Amino acid sequence: MSEAPPQSPRTRTLAEASLGSDDSAWDGPKIRYDLVKEFVVALVVIALASVALAAIFSSPDDHPVTIRQWSQGNPGDFLATSVTELDGSSPTATYGPPYNSWTSGEGQKIGPVGLQRWAGVHIPVNSQNDFVLAPLHLAAASDPSLRAALAQYSTASADQQKQWTTAYIKGVGHVKFHDTAVVLPRGRYGPVAPMLSGLLNMARTGSLDADLLASPQFYGTDYTKPLLFIADGSFLAAEASAQHLQGDQWGMMNETGNYPGQAWLWLYTMWYQVSPFSTSWSANADALVWALMMLLTLALILVPFIPGLRSIPRLVPIYRLIWRDHYRRLAADAGSSSAPPGSG
Amino acid sequence: MSDTITNRFADGDAPSEDPVDDARPAPGDEKMWTARLRGAGVRALPPSKLLPDRQPSYVASWVYIFGILSFASFIVILLSGVVLIVRGPSWWHESQVGLFFNSIHLWSVELFFFFMVLHLWGKFFMAAWRGKRALTWMTGAVTFAISIGAAFTGYLSQQNFDSQWISTQAKDGLNSVGIGALFNVLNFGQMLLWHVLLLPVFVGALIGIHLLLVRRRGVVRPLPVRTGRHARTARARTPAAPPSSEGVDR
Amino acid sequence: MLGALVNLNHTGHYLHWGFIQISVANIVVILLMVVVFVAAVAIPFRTGGRHR
Repeated sequence: MSEAPPQSPRTRTLAEASLGSDDSAWDGPKIRYDLVKEFVVALVVIALASVALAAIFSSPDDHPVTIRQWSQGNPGDFLATSVTELDGSSPTATYGPPYNSWTSGEGQKIGPVGLQRWAGVHIPVNSQNDFVLAPLHLAAASDPSLRAALAQYSTASADQQKQWTTAYIKGVGHVKFHDTAVVLPRGRYGPVAPMLSGLLNMARTGSLDADLLASPQFYGTDYTKPLLFIADGSFLAAEASAQHLQGDQWGMMNETGNYPGQAWLWLYTMWYQVSPFSTSWSANADALVWALMMLLTLALILVPFIPGLRSIPRLVPIYRLIWRDHYRRLAADAGSSSAPPGSG
Repeated sequence: MSDTITNRFADGDAPSEDPVDDARPAPGDEKMWTARLRGAGVRALPPSKLLPDRQPSYVASWVYIFGILSFASFIVILLSGVVLIVRGPSWWHESQVGLFFNSIHLWSVELFFFFMVLHLWGKFFMAAWRGKRALTWMTGAVTFAISIGAAFTGYLSQQNFDSQWISTQAKDGLNSVGIGALFNVLNFGQMLLWHVLLLPVFVGALIGIHLLLVRRRGVVRPLPVRTGRHARTARARTPAAPPSSEGVDR
Repeated sequence: MLGALVNLNHTGHYLHWGFIQISVANIVVILLMVVVFVAAVAIPFRTGGRHR
């Protein structure tokens, strides 16, 4: 594949050719090098390695969490999350752009720059309506008591609604379940209690999964609503914690089970583990880490132009090992002629 | 068709056997865009430079194979990806054969990043951007960054617990800088299309440009071994090398 | 191919070192990268014939 071929008369000696500038064409000794063969060999090697690794280790495929599983696995958490969607205090309801406008807060900023706010609301999500009221109205078509509760809720004043939901938030912390019945401590929950019990029933049958998925035109591939709803609860997060996938567990790098993950994301996730991103800057951590990583990526791209950084190869002389044969031949070549050893 | 087609071979001249020569436009055609583009292409990368069968004698280290191993991994990623496309995104959940091809796709991605990073390490410690090769380095680094994006959309397209978690977490980073408004990681359809079309095209195009740049400039020379004052004396005494030719390395 | 020869779907093993938390799988991959790089630099690349 690579032998010393006959050199053309225009080939200079190694020593002479080595004096050329970095951008000049190499006119020194050459070796035969079969690029196409090298590529074919590489392709076969990688194909075999991929097939072997696939056969030995397969790939992970943990089942997705459904709202139904969530409502059955942790109904208390489901109810606690649902009431915050109703009263507009859930993470999704208070997220701001791109899902909704803020009632308070400014979103994440990089110094004075608020890109989150600037981008605007492009993926409108009304958690109160989308996650609670609209699905309940569908179920209410065949449930008169639910219909009555919804009517009572919608005709009440905002203050009254807030009183009911606030009471429910307090009470749901001590909820008990007798079979499928929701048992709350005594409190003034108004229609909110039957409404959310109705929502829990829908969730348990799987119809809430379907309702949140269904798009206006029958076909849909956008899972924004069910995912935001599930992520507002702690059921998904509990599974993630168990798999070491949380942000403060270097989760970005990890994969479920014992599979290798994304080792190349080590630097991105590292910042979340250290101060001040994990402490005083944590409110803007996402934006700040993103900005920092964009800067570092730019630095990687522009290495050739960054003094200091571009000098590291000379200072950490791995190159002497890589090209040791070349330097040895150069020294031998120069030693057998009058010129001193190679210099560029 | 016009009757007045210029026949370059009207005088009985056969097409030149030299491909560079053959690429020259006929007299009067030099201003044609086609002729100009062809000429520029052939001047930059004549066939013997595009696919040389020789390399400088210093190209003799196992470090030099990481680039081609990365590229080979990319090809296997594409091929296994095509199989997954042919059967659709839910196939691998429903079939053992589908799972197997998904596994090939995953492991070839691991190999791709494995060798690409080694390639990056090697090129960094060789300072391979020297000699007007900055663009080669830059296209490589950008390919790395966009490949991360391609892998990311792949993870989002899995339709399992992993994609649920990754999407609901990643949305915060992207939303915090406004990107999430247009690039909705919770939208499976959008992410799948980016993953199977847009991003592979970007990565492929960048790799193509990167490879052409490597061929255009050739493999970078070894760093000069500094021998102190001898180096300066030697440089002063030895006649300068001839100016670089645009032509083929022979 | 039916199933995997080695089942990696059990609970992941993680190493803790100061503020660093890393999966055994990831550290194996990273160490392998270092080993392969060092090997590539160290192992002679013998071409077919002598150059001169």
